[in-house]
Amino acid sequence: MRTRVFLLISIAVAALVFLGARMVNNDYVFFAGYTVLQFIVLATAWNILGGYTGYVNFGSAAFFALGAYATVFWHKFYPLPIPFLIVIGGAVSGIVGLGMGYLTLRLRGAFFAIATLALAVVLQTLVVNWDYVGGSRGAYIIRPNEIPLIGPYVQYLFLIQPNEIALIGPYVQYLVLPYVQYLFLLMLALAVIALTIARGIERSQLGYGFATIRDDELAAEASGVPTLRLKLVATTISGALMGMAGAPFPYYIGYLQPSSAFGLEYAVNSIAMPMIGGTTSWVGPLIGAVLLGSLQQIATVTISSAVNLLIVGLLLVAFVIIAPNGIIGLVQGWTRGRAK
Amino acid sequence: MAGPLLEVTGLSKRFGGFVALDGIDLTVAEGERVGLIGPNGSGKSTLVNCICGTLVNETGTVRFDGKAVDGLLTHERTRRGMARSFQLPRPFATLTVADNLRVPLLYTVNARLGRALSPAALDARCAELLQLVALSDKAAQLPRDLTQVEMRKLELARAMAAEPKLLIADESMAGLSQSEVDDIVALLIRLNERGITIVLIEHIMRAVMKFSQRLIVLVSGKKIADGRPEAVIRDPEVERAYLGQ
Ligand SMILES: Nc1ncnc2c1ncn2[C@@H]1O[C@H](COP(=O)(O)OP(=O)(O)O)[C@@H](O)[C@H]1O
Ligand SMILES: [Mg+2]
Repeated sequence: MRTRVFLLISIAVAALVFLGARMVNNDYVFFAGYTVLQFIVLATAWNILGGYTGYVNFGSAAFFALGAYATVFWHKFYPLPIPFLIVIGGAVSGIVGLGMGYLTLRLRGAFFAIATLALAVVLQTLVVNWDYVGGSRGAYIIRPNEIPLIGPYVQYLFLIQPNEIALIGPYVQYLVLPYVQYLFLLMLALAVIALTIARGIERSQLGYGFATIRDDELAAEASGVPTLRLKLVATTISGALMGMAGAPFPYYIGYLQPSSAFGLEYAVNSIAMPMIGGTTSWVGPLIGAVLLGSLQQIATVTISSAVNLLIVGLLLVAFVIIAPNGIIGLVQGWTRGRAK
Repeated sequence: MAGPLLEVTGLSKRFGGFVALDGIDLTVAEGERVGLIGPNGSGKSTLVNCICGTLVNETGTVRFDGKAVDGLLTHERTRRGMARSFQLPRPFATLTVADNLRVPLLYTVNARLGRALSPAALDARCAELLQLVALSDKAAQLPRDLTQVEMRKLELARAMAAEPKLLIADESMAGLSQSEVDDIVALLIRLNERGITIVLIEHIMRAVMKFSQRLIVLVSGKKIADGRPEAVIRDPEVERAYLGQ
């Protein structure tokens, strides 16, 4: 299947998801769904570096937080629409990803993982001490209740005249989107983008290059693969997608603190979700994020949010022992077993 | 081109205090078939690693195809036309046998051509290479499903896939049966006839003697002989090195 076809199909699926959620018409569905979608983006982003090239990043939370804090900065400095903030957050985290790649170019295995953790600690310390974005006190982001679909930007884009707006006045209730639905929609779009990128990489020359880095860097170089450059490509893409996932977060949460943006749950989930789903394909992080993400939402409601990390941790340990190749690996094992 | 294809001068390599290679000088002419022999631990693989950029030598230079390649990374040297097989096979474990061969096609042949081969052309080349080393029926399998012997053939095929000017085969025949050794030697000679310069590192003397137009002997990181194979193996110093082993 061509990437373009895949993109169209995932847009269609995303549209169905959105319509389905609209039909339930309960704000909670959008709140919970946003979190799950955000984890799809984070898990997919982590997997581009961790799954495809085999470099384990423990600092996902930092990339996510950078995206979020870029938004806080602009909110204070000059408020922009969220789609722009997503691009900015992606650029900031992408650049930091590139920088991290340069600094850790020759580090492998545990040393690389420790370096990413250290980077997260350094960045958190910087943000805690940066008063403009709230420092350790945190920052409030006041979000509107709803967003007009035909806002000034869309009007400008499609050259809609004021008298035409008056014309569609009676239908205006359909043209206003509750803010949480708007955020949900944005994250849905990001999930589609992230999955399309991941799948596109997998089937391209880049994907083969990444796989050889994961398997054997010396042999990869000897086959002509520029391993150092590809590693930088991976850290940049992965970081950028995490920053994009973080950019709308301040609007979602309303009050951003360093401890929530740099939360352990982001670092742990972005590793656990691909590992549980399976790291060799784009499907793995998707399955892992939907399963673990939903499970945690249910646990938050039924038990308490404190058990979330416990659940994730236990599942991760179980999978590492029983099914190191994740759910995808299990399924492949079954189908191959049946074929024999 | 007038000069040699490969020219190594004064190359030394240390591991800590241990001198693995000590001032190696050697040349390989274009189109030549050279055998490189020496006892275990004499530095043959280390020399290959320094030539290809996998290891960095402290002193000396490597010139390839008329240009010094000293500062270049391994993949850049591969793209210039060097390819090597590893003594202990290092296949890409999560890629199928056919995809293992696809990697040098994508990253070396394409880079050299300056354009991408079509998917059909890629498939055809993979199939051709697999046939050359008799692995066609294993194309879709993972390297872990191969025997040691098949793994060595894959290693060799992957080096050949890069369409090198110079192919260095590091003990590709260990563990192979006599007829398989003959097959590989015949294959290497055929490649050579197509214009590929080949350096063969081997312990199996029958294969080395059949293959080599020239023989270089390494002992304890020093080159002790370099010349016509029949003359070299009768060299007293070479005999002593091998008997002393
Ligand atoms: N990475 C390394 N670190 C330390 N010593 C090494 C390393 N690689 C090789 N050696 C040592 O260098 C010497 C030459 O090894 P090698 O080149 O593999 O020999 P050969 O291929 O001729 O059998 C051996 O004594 C070996 O132990
Ligand atoms: Mg050796």
